[in-house]
Amino acid sequence: MEVLLPESLDEALAIKADRQEAIPLAGGTDLMVDLNFGRLRPSAIVDLSRVSELAIIRQENGHVFLGAGVTYATIGREMPAFKPLLQAARSVGSPQIRNRGTVGGNLGTASPAGDALPVLAAYDADVILRSRARGERSLSWHAFITGPKKTAIAPDELIIGARWRRLRGPGSFSKIGTRNAMVISVAGLCLVVDEENGRVKVALGSVGPTILRATQAEEQISAALGTSGSWQDPAVSLPDPVIDEFAELVAGAAQPLDDVRGTAAYRRHGCRVLARRAISWALNERRLPAWL
Amino acid sequence: MVVRMRVNGDWREADVWPGTSLLMFLRDALGLYGSKNACEQGECGSCSVWLDGALACSCLVLAAQAHQREVRTIEGLTNGDRLHPIQGAFVEAGAVQCGFCTPGFVVAVADLLNKDANPSPATVREALSGNLCRCTGYQKILDAVNLAAARLRADA
Repeated sequence: MEVLLPESLDEALAIKADRQEAIPLAGGTDLMVDLNFGRLRPSAIVDLSRVSELAIIRQENGHVFLGAGVTYATIGREMPAFKPLLQAARSVGSPQIRNRGTVGGNLGTASPAGDALPVLAAYDADVILRSRARGERSLSWHAFITGPKKTAIAPDELIIGARWRRLRGPGSFSKIGTRNAMVISVAGLCLVVDEENGRVKVALGSVGPTILRATQAEEQISAALGTSGSWQDPAVSLPDPVIDEFAELVAGAAQPLDDVRGTAAYRRHGCRVLARRAISWALNERRLPAWL
Repeated sequence: MVVRMRVNGDWREADVWPGTSLLMFLRDALGLYGSKNACEQGECGSCSVWLDGALACSCLVLAAQAHQREVRTIEGLTNGDRLHPIQGAFVEAGAVQCGFCTPGFVVAVADLLNKDANPSPATVREALSGNLCRCTGYQKILDAVNLAAARLRADA
C-alpha cells in the first residue's frame, strides 16, 4: 500500500490521473473503519486533508459553494444562516467525528444514511467533479448518486464540492435514532420552503437505497399553500387533514427495508412523524415577523 | 513509509506500514500507551487526541495524515508525575473505575474546558457524547467535570 500526500488540488488531480486506483481519503470516518477491520486494502490512498482549496465555503450570485473538504465542525461554526445544513451537521457523530468528517466524504461514500445528503437533495444541489484531463463538470445530486454507495464519479475525478441556489424560506433537518449522538439515522428528513417559487421540498435519508425526494408530497403541500392563500398570507393556517395527507404522502415515498437498526414499518412511521413535525415548524416559522 | 510528526512538543518519527492508524503509530511505534485502542471505529472516544489542536479519534486518522503535523496526547497533559487538575478531579470524584476510558475522557474534558471554562450541563453532555464509559454510569464523570472546571476557574 502506498499513501500519497498532495499539498494542492493540482497535485491531487495529477495523482488521480496517473493512479486511478488511488482511493481518496478525507476525514477518514468511514474509510479508516474499513482499513482498521481489514475490509479494505487499496494499493494506494490519496490523502486530501492538506488540499486547502477543498476546504472553502463561497457565496456568489445567489449561489452557495460548499467545498468537499469542509468539516461538519466548520459548518457548525460558520454556516448559521443555513439552518437545515447546520442541524444535519450538528447531528453527525460526536465532536471528534465532526472535527474530521467532511461533506465530500458523505458524497463520496453515498450511503443513504449520510446526514448531509438529504439537505443537499432538498436544496437541489449539484455536485462538482474535476479531473486533470477533462476539467470540471457538474451533476445534479440525483445524477451523481446512482445507487446505495454508488456514484457517477470517474476514476480520475475528485469531488470538489456541492453548489446550490440559495433559497429564501424556513427549513429543517431532523432524524430518528437511538440516542442524540453517534447515531446512524434510522430515518432522516430535510424540508425546505422556497418562498420565491412557492415550493416546499422534502428529501428523505436512510429509508431507501439512496436519498429520496417525496415529490407527490411536495406537490400536494405546495398546492395547498396556494389554494389556501397561505403563500401570500402566512397567517392562514392549513386544515389538519391537509397536514395528515402530507405526512402520509411523505411516508409513502419511503422505500424502507428491515435491518438491524429498524423495521421497514418503523422507518415509514418515522417519516410520517418527521414530516408532520417539519411542516409544522416551517409553517410556524413563516408566521414569525421578519424582524424576529 | 517514514512518518514524522511533533508529538507533545517533540519531533518523533518511525517507519511504519502506510495503512497504520495514528493510534497504532502512537502506541506501537512510539510506545505512548495512554491513548487506548477499543472500538477502532470512532464510537468510543478512548483514543482521543488533538491533531493540529482539534480533538479527533486517533483510530480514524491515518498516521500519514499526521505527517509533519502537531499531535498532543494524554501524556502531553501531565507534568512529570503530577496529575493534571482534570485527572485529579476524576480520581477524587470516583470517575475512574476500570480506567480504560479515562484518558479519552480527560482529553475530551480538557478540550471542552479550554473552550468553555464554565460549561452548562447540556454543553458537557454534548462535548462528551463521543466518549463511552461502561463502568460509571457517567454521573461521577459529570461530577468530575464540574469539580475540574471549578478548580481551573479558581486557578485562572
